[in-house]
Amino acid sequence: MGKVFAFHGGIHPPENKHQSTQLPIAKAPLSKVLHIPLQQHIGVAAKACVEVGDKVLKGQCIGDAQGHLSVPIHASSSGTVCAIGEHPVPHPSGMSGLCISIETDGEDRWIEHGALENFRALSELELIDYIRDRGIAGMGGAGFPTALKLQLGDKHIINTLVINAAECEPYITADDLLMRERSTQIVGGIDVLQHLIKPSHVIIGIEDNKPQAFRALKAAIKDCAYNIDVISVPTKYPSGGEKQLIQLLTNVEVPNGGIPADVGIVCQNVGTVYAIYRAVSKGESLISRIVTVTGGGVNKPQNYETLIGTPVSTLLQAAGEIQDRVSKLIIGGPMMGYSITSIEIPLVKTTNCIVAASVNEMPVADPAQACIRCGLCEQVCPAQLLPQQLHWFAKSQEYIKAQQHNLFDCIECGACSYVCPSNIPLVQYYRHAKTSIREEQQEKRKSDLARERFEAKHKREQRAIDEKAAKRKARAEQAAISQAAKKLSENNPSSPVVDDEQQLKNQLNAAKLKLQQAQDHLTKLASSHGSQVSDSALAERQVQHAKSNLAQIEKAVDDFKPQLASAIVDVKKLKIGAALANTKLNKAQQALKKAIEKSQPGVEQLQKTITMLDQEASNASKLYQKALRKNTQAETDTTEVAETKRLKIAVAIALSKLKKAQVQFANEEYSDAASATLFELTKQLEKAEQPLAALQKATAENANSATNKNSVQPPLKTRARATETASPDLKVLKTAAAIARTKLKKAQDQLQTLAPEDQHNSSAVQNLLSEIKSLEEKVRLSQASYVKAKETSDFEPSVIESASVRRTHYNKILALHTKAMAALAKAEADNSPAVTKMRISIDKLSGKLKAATAALSSDSIPTSNKDFT
Amino acid sequence: MSDFLLILVSTVLVNNFVLVQFLGLCPFMGVSNKLETAMGMSLATTFVLTISSVCSYLVHQYLLVPFSLTYMKTISFILVIAVVVQFTEMVVRKTSPMLHKVLGIFLPLITTNCAVLGVALLNIKKMNSFMESIVFGFGAAVGFSMALILFSAIRERVAVADVPSPFKGAAIGMITAGLMSLAFLGFSGLVKI
Amino acid sequence: MNTIIIAVIVLFSLAIVFGLILGFSAIKFQVVGNPIVDQIDSLLPQTQCGQCGHPGCRPYAESIANGEAINKCPPGGQATIESLANLLDLEILELDGDHDDNPIKTVAYIREDECIGCTKCIQACPVDAILGAAKQMHTVIVDECTGCDLCVAPCPVDCIDMLPIATTINNWKWQAPKEHNKFQQQLIATDKSQPVEQES
Repeated sequence: MGKVFAFHGGIHPPENKHQSTQLPIAKAPLSKVLHIPLQQHIGVAAKACVEVGDKVLKGQCIGDAQGHLSVPIHASSSGTVCAIGEHPVPHPSGMSGLCISIETDGEDRWIEHGALENFRALSELELIDYIRDRGIAGMGGAGFPTALKLQLGDKHIINTLVINAAECEPYITADDLLMRERSTQIVGGIDVLQHLIKPSHVIIGIEDNKPQAFRALKAAIKDCAYNIDVISVPTKYPSGGEKQLIQLLTNVEVPNGGIPADVGIVCQNVGTVYAIYRAVSKGESLISRIVTVTGGGVNKPQNYETLIGTPVSTLLQAAGEIQDRVSKLIIGGPMMGYSITSIEIPLVKTTNCIVAASVNEMPVADPAQACIRCGLCEQVCPAQLLPQQLHWFAKSQEYIKAQQHNLFDCIECGACSYVCPSNIPLVQYYRHAKTSIREEQQEKRKSDLARERFEAKHKREQRAIDEKAAKRKARAEQAAISQAAKKLSENNPSSPVVDDEQQLKNQLNAAKLKLQQAQDHLTKLASSHGSQVSDSALAERQVQHAKSNLAQIEKAVDDFKPQLASAIVDVKKLKIGAALANTKLNKAQQALKKAIEKSQPGVEQLQKTITMLDQEASNASKLYQKALRKNTQAETDTTEVAETKRLKIAVAIALSKLKKAQVQFANEEYSDAASATLFELTKQLEKAEQPLAALQKATAENANSATNKNSVQPPLKTRARATETASPDLKVLKTAAAIARTKLKKAQDQLQTLAPEDQHNSSAVQNLLSEIKSLEEKVRLSQASYVKAKETSDFEPSVIESASVRRTHYNKILALHTKAMAALAKAEADNSPAVTKMRISIDKLSGKLKAATAALSSDSIPTSNKDFT
Repeated sequence: MSDFLLILVSTVLVNNFVLVQFLGLCPFMGVSNKLETAMGMSLATTFVLTISSVCSYLVHQYLLVPFSLTYMKTISFILVIAVVVQFTEMVVRKTSPMLHKVLGIFLPLITTNCAVLGVALLNIKKMNSFMESIVFGFGAAVGFSMALILFSAIRERVAVADVPSPFKGAAIGMITAGLMSLAFLGFSGLVKI
Repeated sequence: MNTIIIAVIVLFSLAIVFGLILGFSAIKFQVVGNPIVDQIDSLLPQTQCGQCGHPGCRPYAESIANGEAINKCPPGGQATIESLANLLDLEILELDGDHDDNPIKTVAYIREDECIGCTKCIQACPVDAILGAAKQMHTVIVDECTGCDLCVAPCPVDCIDMLPIATTINNWKWQAPKEHNKFQQQLIATDKSQPVEQES
């Protein structure tokens, strides 16, 4: 016999237990329909594993446990599953929960089941799993899954097993009667727990208002081999609270927020122990329990062994309900229970009592008065809290402070409300505060999660932007590098300047060659003449004269002829070049403007080159004009010719530079981001148009097929199939249409916002490019014609030209020059677009050139004849 | 030793700076809405009071007296206090940003807390020694902290209580302060100093 | 004259010494960042709805730390304002603009028959609570939805509804007891004229 300690506070409400202890436990009648809620315990609800219409047997598992904190549920009787759906469940909210409804067939036929032969042979885990599979949850009130309570692991060493048989709440006698009638079975259940937990001491705590139960248990434990005690504790509410009973029996206080296992104690309700016995020794799942039906509203208050899922109405009928006298139906005891409104609510594993209270028993509570700070609540609080402070904090929603005052240690026993002289519904305040705090915590968790997700998304987007920027940068660098490389390659080996030099050299060589030929010819002629002339002195003089003449001619020809030839070409070239330069300049300026707008890299460089080009172009035109002027004034003097040559070279260099710049610009423009986006846009547009076209095609086809179907009227079956296939197609088409539309719209939008200028520019650029090409073509043509002309002129023996003939010839060339100049001036005045005019002028020029060369060739023959005749 | 104890009892209870001498009422009413804030304020003020009491003693003894500048004591004490408060603010901002935010303007206003300057000046007036100044300053700080924390704890409870609407807020605070002051007057005669 | 000079010199040297001390401690106790922002941010409901005029909750927390009003969070309602006021020791304000004090919590729901799979709502969702792919039906992960209704506007076919969260047996809440006694608030005679009491 152990010592009994005490806990703080407690009250002594009228017990009202005697009414229901007069009769033994009866079997409740089988209800027609059983509603078995999927959630009858703390934790995760079970998941239905049967379907409507299934035949089930008594004890068959109809709901699987979901995870650790869950237990399965079983059919309480045999029958058919008639519904799985919402049905009112025992809950203070009076709301519905998911239930499996079974229409009983009255046979009450058990599924095959059998006892565990020898539970001692099983390992702990197997035994615990077995208990879980039998659907056992705490039957004292909270309904904590029993298996979880027994699964202690290595963290806890248990020295005491407390069996809670206090049953302190008024009216309830379910455990009392159970102990009176089935004490040996209870001790059998304790055997199982003893084997599982192996405590050094087992204590059954029972209130001293149940002497019969006490004696029955005493008798039953006589044969127990282990250390077991039945201890009678003084009747005081709420000694049946887990923590309070532990303190009463062992004087150990369960720490705040801890579980009894933390102090080496496991506490099990006597009803749970009985269920474990039934499960282990008979193999029966938890499908029934003892329920007290009592109160002034029933004739025959009694305890019933009731199947889980039996509606309250069935029990009330069995106990002889007097409907007029029932003012309030309460599930659980009057202190901690809750009232219900629907009598169709089924009984669950945790329902220990139904109180059909009359008006006298439970009068309507008096209205609450102001708190007078009497402190009675503090004196009765079994959890040693400050109910008054909690009340103030709960009322003003100071939840943080309420938590600081250990609101969550409140067991909601209702002792404070019971003693409150002002009738303040204190427990209701605490419950409200608790649920509010839980809700806040839930929201906090949710908002933390939302923050996490938001930040993750933000990071992801940022990363995408960074990557894009990095890519763009890399691309720009690449372009810059390639450009630089191109420039370098242009500058170095195949410089057009060198080309020109080469050309000039070639020309010079050709001229030398011609001179040589001319000299040869002359010597030949001279020798032939010399032999003919008899007068030697005269002949000599003549020869000398001729020789000197020849030398002069030679010199002049030597100096002038190639000049003349190239002068014609150069003037042309200059003209074209100037025109080109102007075009390029315009284009370059445009590109610059665009580039500045787009703030493309290398703008400065571009600008520099453009200014340079500008200068060069103006220089070139200046030089050209100078050259022209000089050409018009040009006499045979060599200095001027040399000057012209120099100028020509300079012009040629400028021209080549211009060409280079042009190439560069062309490149620049194509690597330009604007044009790139333009390209992309056009591509997008094309892409967008593609699905649209496909869509239109598809629609047309569809329509065709539809018309075909209508007209051809194929067999019924195929038609049906066709429509079947057509309908998803239609859906796909719809989707495609929406997408295509948005894409098209997007592309158009982008085009509208970005493109107009660029488009213009690009077309202009392309126009310009084509113009340039045509120009170049013309140049090549003219050059070719010139070369032809030159060839014809080259083969003429122009050595013996007289000075007068040369002059006239020169005059002709001059006229040619002036005409070319006029044409050029025109072209310049009209700027780049005046290509056609230029072309005409060039044609004219070439024509003149031809004429001039023809004249030259015709001239040279008569002179030679004249000279020698 | 008993001298120090007497000084301590005298400053904490009998001549409590807030409730008996009515110095430093500004933070007493201003930062007593929440217990946590009041505790932070108490710690800050205790630190400032003790340090500034010591510093002002040293400045007075070794700077003002030798140069016969005692007529400058108020201005130099204010300087000392301002420096100590500034230093405290930096420490608080670093160690407890939330307290810094909550104390807000009251933290720099410790400078103008008349209890702080009062302690420094009373030290001189009473011709306290170095140790006595320390104990005097510390005692004053403890007295201030005690009054402030008690008052804020009461106010927290009053805040959630049924107070007739005309008395809600500052009014009931004033009444509470008055009642507390009355209670502290009961200590007079406990020690004669 | 001499005394004045001495006084000036003494006080100046005192001031310089103190100045050095403060300068040193200013470096030593330098505060980096603003740690209050985290605490403010943790009180905000994290719907990221932008109704406060900031792109997300954290920017609003930052601007609160810099002195912006605390009453601009409609999803948080009065409760958030109170907790912010409590944290920052500010006065409790009424919610800015014409919103309900205690807004009904909602979640987005996509009418899946009408969804064309444009992914616009997926891009709009600040917390990635919408699942789906291009041309596939989308759906809302209800547990992750904050009810910010940012996805409603971008939907080209208007198939997104904001539905209030239904009370189930799992999120049911005990109601606060009704204060059916006027006496509790009418402590003295003058209380009777208060409008609050007339309501109750």
